[in-house]
Parts: sequence; structure tokens; C-alpha cells
Amino acid sequence: MSGSAVGARGAYTREQLKWFVHEWIIVPLKIIVRNKKALFGFILLIGYLLMATVGPLVVPKPENFQCPMELKPTLLKWPPSLAHPLGCDYYGADIWAKIVYGSRTVLEIAFIAGFITTIIGITVGMVAGFKGGKVDVALMSITDVLMTIPGLPLLIVLAAILRSYANNPFVVGAILSVNAWTGLARSVRSQVLTLKNREFVEAAKALGMTTGHIVFREIMPNLASFIAVNFIFSTIGAVYSCIALYFLAILPFTANNWGLMLYMAWNNADYNTVIAVVLAVIGLQLGLFMFSYAVDEMFNPRLRTEV
Amino acid sequence: MHWLVRRALISFATIFAAITITFFIAEAEPIDPIRALASQMVYQYHIPWSEAYSIARAAAPFIPRGNPVEQYFHYIINFFQGKLGLSITVATGVPVTEILAKAIPWTVLVVGTALLISFGVGVLIGMAMAYVHGSKLDSALIVVFSVLRSIPNYIIALVLLIYLAFQLRIFPTGGTYDLAGLEALKHGNILGYIADVLWHATLPILSWVITSVGWWALVMRGSTISVLGEDFITYAKARGLPSSRITTVYIGKNALLPIFTLLMISIGFMFGGSVIIEKIFNYQGMGWYLYQAVMNKDIFLMMGAFDVIIIAVIVSLFIADIAYGLLDPRVRRGGPA
Repeated sequence: MSGSAVGARGAYTREQLKWFVHEWIIVPLKIIVRNKKALFGFILLIGYLLMATVGPLVVPKPENFQCPMELKPTLLKWPPSLAHPLGCDYYGADIWAKIVYGSRTVLEIAFIAGFITTIIGITVGMVAGFKGGKVDVALMSITDVLMTIPGLPLLIVLAAILRSYANNPFVVGAILSVNAWTGLARSVRSQVLTLKNREFVEAAKALGMTTGHIVFREIMPNLASFIAVNFIFSTIGAVYSCIALYFLAILPFTANNWGLMLYMAWNNADYNTVIAVVLAVIGLQLGLFMFSYAVDEMFNPRLRTEV
Repeated sequence: MHWLVRRALISFATIFAAITITFFIAEAEPIDPIRALASQMVYQYHIPWSEAYSIARAAAPFIPRGNPVEQYFHYIINFFQGKLGLSITVATGVPVTEILAKAIPWTVLVVGTALLISFGVGVLIGMAMAYVHGSKLDSALIVVFSVLRSIPNYIIALVLLIYLAFQLRIFPTGGTYDLAGLEALKHGNILGYIADVLWHATLPILSWVITSVGWWALVMRGSTISVLGEDFITYAKARGLPSSRITTVYIGKNALLPIFTLLMISIGFMFGGSVIIEKIFNYQGMGWYLYQAVMNKDIFLMMGAFDVIIIAVIVSLFIADIAYGLLDPRVRRGGPA
């Protein structure tokens, strides 16, 4: 009932390509445009993605002492000007350029963490729901225990010993997902439990389909919207913890990023930069949150029929 | 399984997990905490090395450099007897239990007040939004709350500090109380002391409330709308029950039940988040001490603070669970968890 339209493996025919474009580009865009909140979030997100990918190619690299040093620094150090739209920071570097150059690390870590969190959550939930019995009890006990341990203290304590490894985004992403997956695992499990005994799954079993087929072809499509929304919320959570850990100086300062900027600015009483980072973070979180309104509809086959 | 038994088992497993995690982290540190503590004491209190070493060793919850399994059991036994060692760098020579006993009330004050305010206000606004759902007010509030709920609490904390404390000087820039409060306490002016404490706690509490009130309102709105369409509401109206009774007992209670689980998640999140909020406001609660301990390699204090934060979460969850059991008869009868 899901991917059957892709048909035989190998080269896509013209028809299939047309179907693909319609199903995965035109329909989702229609859904986004129809929903004002989602459109707003989508535009914000595109903006941030452009900032992280194309941004560093367009915006000149921030250098110290870019701002005229004779200006009297006020509480808001160097106020915004035409040449420097967000003003300059404590070191006289252009804040807008720093925000652009710092966005890549944050987005990378957040998406990697969101991805790892989602994968672990789905796997644990699926296995627990399907296997049942002792496996279920064991996995859910571990989940409950990890769920009770608050994330930030655990991350702070763990990051302190993993510091020397935490210089690449994959490691940081993995650290951030250490117990972020528990909520998703619980919900996936309960969803699987309700789907497990439905007719279409029973039918697939009776036809002698493999467990892999049942999981990926029969159960997954029903969970797709749920998983996609959870991916976005995991990403929002990862942005929260990632910037918090850099701001607390728990993670090593490897590349320029918003958390590090916040730390430096706060300790130098450079409120110009603080406000700029604050706005950048709020925009990103808001974009992700608003976009989640459309995601549900996009991945839910029942909701998209009318488009 | 009875729900309280289940909760108790998970609580115990969680405490053990927390103890184990901190133990492994202490083992992974290349520093010998006893030697580090002894040398700090020699440096600060000018006592001979042998004396400092024996004090440090006598108070230590476990002796490093031995059989790790033995150390681990040693640590567990000492932990449950309340022997957590002495602070190494943050407050050299002071027992960890003493430090944490002083820190716990501050965190509970801020987290507890913030939770009650944001939950109470959020739930009321959410119900009101559900009654007028679809209206202009409702959609405007949805946008406002979506924005607020997207902002990390520490970001709000920084903004509040910059504008209300540094620029307008309405609130203090940090700490739990100051000299004015202490003076008031000395002269027997309890109210003055409480006022000073609340004045210091306002911004930390506000950082939580601003970011979570919208979340509660949005969740309660959704929950109430789904209850509004239920048959028993229509039936209650048809029976001519007073609308105040329908609102509180029939709608309010039933809409609140599914939200209760979120309250439990939120408790853990808030105790955890106290690390960063307390750091920003220099508010000497459990989170502040955990952060200081991690940054200054104060191993015994780090272990104690982490474990105590988790115990605080577990105790709060227990209270929330009992409240939930009182609200929902299905839970009491041991239905599906």
C-alpha cells in the first residue's frame, strides 16, 4: 500500500519520474502553501539552510577590527550600520558574518542528533512492540530509567569525560541523543502494539511475508507522519542542548558556532552579539516548530487525499 | 503490577543507574580525588599532608586505586548512608551532603513555583482558548504561544537579565539573597527576608514561566477540544447540569488527565534545566553546584550533585504519580500503564 508505485527496481521510466515529482515535490509544496503557519516556518527554514550552505560563500569572512575603533563603545558596543547590519562585536568583527559562519555547525549537529535520536527511538520501539515478552519488558525498563534521568545534567557529566572526542559533529550529535530517544521509543512501541493485530498486518503474516516486509512496508507507512513530526521535535531539542552545552563551555571550542558566540559575548558583556544570537536561535526554533504543522499532513496518506 | 510498585522499582533502578554513571565517570577521571582533596586542604588550611590525607580518606565514599568492583560496592553502601565525601575545589573540605542540603531548597523553590504557575495559568488559558476555538483571539494566542514555546528558557533568561537587571536595574543580577535580606533576618524581620528571596527568585522563575506557559496552554487547548466533542458532555448538558459543574468536573478533569503524563516529563526537564538557569543567575541551587563541580573537577561534589538531582526528580515523580492515581480511578485499579 505504500511504495508499490515505484515498481520494478532499476531505471525510472518517464511515468515514474512524473509520479515521483508529483508525489514528493508538488503535493508537499501545495500542502505547505495552503497552511500559513507551515509556509512561514518553511520560508524561515529555507533561509537558515541557505545561510548554512551558501552563506559562507557570499558573506565575507568575519575579521576582528572591522569596525572603526574610534567609535565609542556603548552598552550595545557598535550599533548597527549600513555596512554592518547587526553591528559589531567586542572584537570589532561583523556580527552578521559571524552568525552566518556559525550557523553551519549548529544545523549540522542538530540534524545529526535529530536523525540518530529518531533511528534509535524507532528501533527500540519497534523491537519492543514486535518481540513483546521479556525483550519488551527489558527494553521498556531501560527506557523508563533513562527517561527519568534529566537530559542536561547527564549531558554535562558525559561531555566532561568525552570532551577530547567531541570535536566532530557526529560525536556531538551522538552525545546529544544519549537519552533523547526515550519518548519516541515509548510512543512507537504503543503505536506498534495497536497496529500489530490489525487486519492488514494479519493478512501479510498469513501470506508468509517476512518480518522485514511487514515492518517496513505495512507498519512504517502508518507511522511516517508521526516519525517525521518527532524528527523535527528531536531537532528542536538538539538545538536547545547543543547551544546550552557550548554556552556552558562544556563542549570543546572547535569551530565558530552560536553557542560559542553566546559564551564569549556573555563573558565580555557584549550584548549586541547576545541579542543577535538570541534572535537567530529563536528564528530557527520557530521555523522548525511552525514547519511541523505541515509535516503531519505531508506524510499522512489519509490527510493528503484531498490535495 | 500495582502502579506504585512499578514506579518504586523504576525509581530504584534509576537511582542505581545514576550512581553507576557517576562512578564510571569518576573512574574515568585521571585524578585521584583523595590526593587532590588533601593537597587542596594543605594549600588552603596549612595543615600537614599526612593529616590532610587521613581526613580526606576517612570521609571518602570510596578509595580509588583498588579493585573497581569493591570500590563500586563501597560507594553504593556509603551513598545510602549519606557519606558522599568532601568537596575538593568548590568549597574545600566541606562535606558534600552539607553543601547539597543547603542547595536543594533553592532549586525546589524556583522549579516548584515555576511549575505550579506555568501549569496553572497555562491550563486555564488553554481551556479558555478551547471554548473560543476558531476565533480571532484563539488564532492570535496560538501564534503568540508558538513563538514563546520555541524559545529556549536560557535565552529568555539572558534577555531578562540584560533588560530588567543590567539596564533597568529592577531585579538583582544574581544570587539567592543579598545583604539586605540577611540584615532583615538578623533583626527578626522574616517578611523582609522572604521578600528579598522572592525578589531574587523572580527572574529565574519568570524564565521558566514565559517559555512553558504557552506549551501548557497549547496542549490543554488540544486536549479540551477533543473532550468537548464527547457524548458524555452532550448528555450532561441534556440533563440540565449547571454549566460550572460541566466545565470543572466533566470537561476540566477529563481534559487534564492526558496532560498529567506531560507534567511528569516536564518535572525532569525543569530539574535538569536548572543547571543552566542557575548558572546564568548565579543561583546557588543543585544545578549551580553540579556545574561548578564539573568545571572545577570536584569529583565527589559532582557525583553527589548529579545523584541528588535525580533523587529530586524521582521524589517529584512519585508525588505526581500519587496525585494522578487520585485523579484517575483507572490507574488505581492497576489498569494498563
